[in-house]
Amino acid sequence: MSTNNAPMCGQPAEFAFSAENAAEAKRILARYPESFKSSALMPLLTLAQDQIGGWLSKAAIDHVCDLCGVARIQGYEVATFYSMYNLQPIGRHHVQVCTNISCWLRGSDEILETCKTFLGIGVGETTADGLFTLNEAECLGACVNAPMVQIDRDYYEDLDRNRIEAVLLALKAGTAPKPGPQNGRRSSEPVTGLTTLEPDAAGAKAGGA
Amino acid sequence: MLRDKDRIFTNIYGLQDVSLEAARRRGDWKGTAEFIAKGRSWLVDEVKNSGLRGRGGAGFSTGMKWSFMPKEIGDRPHYLVINADEGEPGTCKDRDILRHEPHKLLEGIVLACAAVGAHACYVYTRGEFFREAEALQTAIDEAAAAGLLGKDACGSGWAVDVHVHMGAGAYICGEESALLESLEGKKGMPRLKPPFPANVGLFGCPTTVNNVESIASVPEILRRGATWFAGLGRPKNTGTKLFCISGHVNAPCTVEEEMGVSLRELIETHCGGVRGGWDNLLAVIPGGSSVPVIPKSVCDSVRMDFDSLQEVKSGLGTAAVIVMDKSTDIVRAITRLARFYMHESCGQCTPCREGTGWMWRMLERMSVGDAALEEIDVLDDVTRQVEGHTICALGDAAAWPIQGLIRHFRPELERRIAAFHESKTRKVA
Repeated sequence: MSTNNAPMCGQPAEFAFSAENAAEAKRILARYPESFKSSALMPLLTLAQDQIGGWLSKAAIDHVCDLCGVARIQGYEVATFYSMYNLQPIGRHHVQVCTNISCWLRGSDEILETCKTFLGIGVGETTADGLFTLNEAECLGACVNAPMVQIDRDYYEDLDRNRIEAVLLALKAGTAPKPGPQNGRRSSEPVTGLTTLEPDAAGAKAGGA
Repeated sequence: MLRDKDRIFTNIYGLQDVSLEAARRRGDWKGTAEFIAKGRSWLVDEVKNSGLRGRGGAGFSTGMKWSFMPKEIGDRPHYLVINADEGEPGTCKDRDILRHEPHKLLEGIVLACAAVGAHACYVYTRGEFFREAEALQTAIDEAAAAGLLGKDACGSGWAVDVHVHMGAGAYICGEESALLESLEGKKGMPRLKPPFPANVGLFGCPTTVNNVESIASVPEILRRGATWFAGLGRPKNTGTKLFCISGHVNAPCTVEEEMGVSLRELIETHCGGVRGGWDNLLAVIPGGSSVPVIPKSVCDSVRMDFDSLQEVKSGLGTAAVIVMDKSTDIVRAITRLARFYMHESCGQCTPCREGTGWMWRMLERMSVGDAALEEIDVLDDVTRQVEGHTICALGDAAAWPIQGLIRHFRPELERRIAAFHESKTRKVA
């Protein structure tokens, strides 16, 4: 359970979806039965958070609740329960370092320290220029590519001190570093070479089946 | 070792094209309508006979679960929900299916929908999997455009609509009833059972919740026949399985192997061995963070399937193999997991809400030895007060790793406590 108890102060007074997002909201609502519009609550909160720039204002939660026809308290409950809803502004890039067991065994302590030093901030803090927010994350589900970090929507995997520094440096310079494994492998195959699925495997299977 | 020709997931690494056309060349979507034409009971029986056990952790028979759905579709529609809320520490197999083999999952969804009488399926994907959800949505659009989904899926006459629904960061939503709550726009708090989802599930309607890997395996099982799948592995532990091996091995990877493969063979064949050699192994968590750790002496000979691992008081879980060599601070490792369960407890049941924090604080002290010897038994006792006393299995999952630690590494806990008190005495002197 996320205990995201940010004070609801300094809030913008109003929220409305942009024309484009209002159309998207309509499409999202259409996925669920008419009597269960509440199902759209989470996707719409996410949509609102994206529109605001990474966080959810109280006005946005209220607006989404009204669209879904649920009591506003349900929106506050949901927004404080799930860890991906931010109830206060965050930096342009959200750096989330996985420190759960598989990443920890392969050096996530060092990755987290490198991020702290490089960015000059602690966990839960945002850099003065508003470019980065740093957080620790629970298992992000890329364990055979540990240690890894999620930045915004992308995973950066198979990291070490130099590789995470290079990623952060690129983001700081305003360029887009290539997501995925940073050690040259394609995805979750053994880095030392394939032990299964040799190139003709699919063909051999088609012939054998 | 499993032969390439017996593998289900031939593009698990995404080395080949992921598109519908390429998936079809690999054999996906072949004969789907013919299987549906054979009827609900044939589909259920074939999957039952294959021995497929759920790949999400609990290992319950997939065919059996399908058979719990009402035989006749009454005034409440039936739903299929796919659990893609992969979050068990150590586990990253469903991610590879979503991004590299989405058509296997979609074809499985069409077949499963026909088997349980559902026309709508929601794939509940964890919120962090943005790219994976995008890959799945692309595949859904491709399949819909090709008539494989929609009003007349695959030309079978059976309508199937598939929607991606994203979570927003809560491990507990991997529990099926918490997932359904979340899908209805609520906090992910598990429901009391009964009623079970097959009776009252999503929107109060009969619902089947299946794991991604289970459903993605179904088309190939039907194409090759239940006997093919049942002929792999061992009795009651049949077929192939995706293993994710992480931690202290030379080449961590995800790999499809036969059920019942020996742990040592799995690590040495596919992962380049344990870092520093097999004798440098300390312990392994064989099925994701929720199952008890096993020491090297057990690892030497254990087989990787549901029943073999249960015999050694652990479990296959999600088959996420977390390897720890002798450099590992095992108490710290388990303490980290205790912190995870504290963070992820939904707070609904008192034993779990209070117990997970209590166990973590106790382990924080024990990892530096700041405890009394008797407290080891107190800790063990508390794990048993949590285990089995909560609505869902998160309480059990929080208790088991700690029980495993005490069962196999009690001397290490005792050594730390003794060393701590000795250094304290010396300081006073």
